Amino acid sequence: MDRKYIGKSVKRIEDPRLLTGQALFTDDVHLEGMLHVTFLRSDYAHARIKSIDISEALKHPGVVAVYTADDFGDYWHVGPMQVPPPIAIPNSKFHAKGLPPIAKEKVRFSGEPLAVVVAENRYIAEDAAGEIIVDLEPLDVVVDMEKAWEDTSVLIHEDIGTNMAALVKQEKGNYAEAAAKADVVIKRKFHIDRGASGAMENRGLVASWDNRTQIMTIWTNNQAPIPLRNTCAANLGLSESQVHVITAFTGGGFGPKIMTSQADDVLLPWISKKLNRPIKWIEDRREDFLATTSERDQIHFCEIALTKEGKILGLSDIFYHDTGAYNPYGMTVPLNTMTHTMGSYIVPNFYTEVRMVYTNKMVVSPVRGAGRMYGNYIMERMLDIAARQLKIDLVELRRMNLIQPDMYPFRTGITGQDFVENIVDSGNYPETLRKAVEMIGYEKFIKEDQPKLRSQGKKVGIGVVTFVEGTGVGPYEGAKVTVEGTGKVNVATGIASQGQGHYTSFAQIVAEQLGVAPQDVLVTTGDTDQFDWGAGTFASRGMTVAGTAIHLAAVNVRKKILKLASKLFETPEDELEITGGVVRVADFPDKSISLGNLASRANPSRGVIEPGVEPGLEATAYYGPPYGATGQGSVAMILEVNPDTFEVKIQRFVLVHDAGTVINPMIVEGQIMGGVQMGIGNAFYEEMAYDEYGQLQNASLMDYLIPAATEMPPKMEIGHVVSPSPLNPLGLKGVGEAGTIPIPACFHQALENALDNIIEITTSPMSPSRLFTLTRK
Amino acid sequence: MSNEFKIRVEVNGTTYERMVEARMLLSDFIRHELGLTGTHVGCEHGVCGTCTILFDGLPTRSCLMFAVQANGHKILTVEGLGTLEELHPLQKAFQEKHALQCGFCTPGFLMTLVPFVANNPHPTDEEIREAIGGNLCRCTGYENIVEAVKLASEMMQPAK
Repeated sequence: MDRKYIGKSVKRIEDPRLLTGQALFTDDVHLEGMLHVTFLRSDYAHARIKSIDISEALKHPGVVAVYTADDFGDYWHVGPMQVPPPIAIPNSKFHAKGLPPIAKEKVRFSGEPLAVVVAENRYIAEDAAGEIIVDLEPLDVVVDMEKAWEDTSVLIHEDIGTNMAALVKQEKGNYAEAAAKADVVIKRKFHIDRGASGAMENRGLVASWDNRTQIMTIWTNNQAPIPLRNTCAANLGLSESQVHVITAFTGGGFGPKIMTSQADDVLLPWISKKLNRPIKWIEDRREDFLATTSERDQIHFCEIALTKEGKILGLSDIFYHDTGAYNPYGMTVPLNTMTHTMGSYIVPNFYTEVRMVYTNKMVVSPVRGAGRMYGNYIMERMLDIAARQLKIDLVELRRMNLIQPDMYPFRTGITGQDFVENIVDSGNYPETLRKAVEMIGYEKFIKEDQPKLRSQGKKVGIGVVTFVEGTGVGPYEGAKVTVEGTGKVNVATGIASQGQGHYTSFAQIVAEQLGVAPQDVLVTTGDTDQFDWGAGTFASRGMTVAGTAIHLAAVNVRKKILKLASKLFETPEDELEITGGVVRVADFPDKSISLGNLASRANPSRGVIEPGVEPGLEATAYYGPPYGATGQGSVAMILEVNPDTFEVKIQRFVLVHDAGTVINPMIVEGQIMGGVQMGIGNAFYEEMAYDEYGQLQNASLMDYLIPAATEMPPKMEIGHVVSPSPLNPLGLKGVGEAGTIPIPACFHQALENALDNIIEITTSPMSPSRLFTLTRK
Repeated sequence: MSNEFKIRVEVNGTTYERMVEARMLLSDFIRHELGLTGTHVGCEHGVCGTCTILFDGLPTRSCLMFAVQANGHKILTVEGLGTLEELHPLQKAFQEKHALQCGFCTPGFLMTLVPFVANNPHPTDEEIREAIGGNLCRCTGYENIVEAVKLASEMMQPAK
């Protein structure tokens, strides 16, 4: 199909405002009479609250109010399950513990809020917070998952009598039978840590209650503005129409900003209403590390069964998943692990069991990759270990087990985060692997370059892995597309944007249908007064789900334009064309009307309209997929280990991806490249280092190492394969997490290869010191 | 609290006189006292580089200075770099090469790079990566920023 805008690297419409410092971020909101909030947070990870004395803080000049849990009265309640329990999976056990907005009676992680100070400015609020006298009785702390699971002597939540947050088992086929028939069964234990989202903009929220209009306006950088509006209205006993949530420009989301039951989400609207003043809270970096959400450890006990020729017969994976002190985000992360463990491969028999554990640590919720990385890591690592044991080339072992292009839809038999069976819709896995191997020059490197470099004493290694990315899950999103009398086109959708370029790529979709320039399409995301149905931005679903809804709405507007113009020109619809902002008779271009004038005609201010005709040129549409669209790809890298310092330099990096139809290649490649940076961090630099007391030892950007430009490969070579998804009309799949998921597995394979396979890596992240220690064993 | 001092600062060519507390961070002063919110704050401990401004022409982290230290000095923020109608070559190149996504860290990168591109007509990739090594970005993976700097350098060459 000849497309004018879809598939083109249109320059981003939003950039000039961002580049000149004129885009409004949450902390840029300034309102008359605005007060500022700081939270006093617990230094202990587990403690009983004996007393909190706020009397001195209240006397502090400039302080307007100080609240503890008791001051909120009946308003204080434990937050809802933002993601419901996995009841769709038979026999699953789940102990729900929503997030309290502020600690009451007990503190369960270091950083949990104890008091809120409201003052004329942030400086004063922080001064006064220091004058609050807190009496906490420290309790024993549980940080070790395996210990917490077995040992009930220390309980995070006494009422459930265990630290089990959930126990879910799924099986496809019969692993035990497969293992009994196998030539080889390999067992390994893996400890995998993932880190913080590290968005450059921290969280923030401004709540402003207006007594005169009875409207609560909230500016925030939340990824889920509509759920936030709905819970806010329910909490305050307001109508949903009285709460207006506006997501400002947002400085990166990556997951944690989807939470809608954090202290600020719940308490600031209440305080604003009570004081009848606008209230602002901006998270600082330390709070972001200590008290937002992150991903964290999983411990896997994995077994793989193969024939001696290398055919996979089965896989078993029993793993512990740390959910932190509460589980408001349900089981999204470990369910993603489960659906991504078999990856790109045919695994006839698969047993997976997650033991989700409460610990005295910050709550776990998805971070870019959202559990998929762990599954990818153990499968790819097990294949590396198997390849060495069976003396089969690593790439060949992968190739012989790949899902083939004629096998779609491919049923995996495992229920995922969307509570339906994970089914792979389309793809061409052998092609992404072939291409990645070709682009990196695998054969030549192994046979010629590496031996030469080794003889010069260089520790240079290669890694090749594949990955899948479940994307674009339900439930649904919607959109409204309107042609205005001005000739401009308005698009509103419920998801929020955090830098993905939606203002441009969504405009391209509409421009394709309505024959206007993308620059004449104004896209609004995440403003509940513009559109208020939808779930939010997560799981690489913005383009696939909201983008499809926008496409469907634009198609309907196109139909309305043609119908109306057909009447006006007394010409059949198929003889009309829409281009350059006008609709005209193709053979008689003089018979033409601008879309703006046509829209005005469709919206008369006097007279009569035909019965049953909707005014204007506007349509609303919704899209909900039956299951998510699965992206896939292959990664290859060559890296060098400094034998003295164990620093690592990536020399070549290749990623071949398949995200179905691409709307804007420039934006898609940008998504991949950014994801790779987080993946490199997860592989070698980033870790949430909790000690035995539940204290995060590296809660600053000085100690938590986000890769800088100097840690990145000199060039990310990106290859494309396009297998359109049959699930939606444009053939879209998500791509937001593709860059992140496969990097630790590939990086560690390359590290082993560089060190001549004298080490076996079963811990992620690695680091120079961990690598050194391994080589000394 | 009467711990306030009168300061006089030139920001983007305009002279401002304000009373500020001794402890007020320069970043807060620029953002909240002057309303120039294009300068962003990412960590408040001098690591991420997001709040970088030009202080007497040198890239400086405004979160690591007090406003009183700016008394009598000249500051350039992103608002003074280019306009929507006429972007600075660096800003143009950033858009051209997709060197920004969420755009939050971008003002810090731009201000770090203004003197760099002025003083390095033909920078190598390594030199550029070194120059931006103190600025964190979580969206782009940096590669397109490197490309943008190269393009900006070309654009800033005097016409032959």
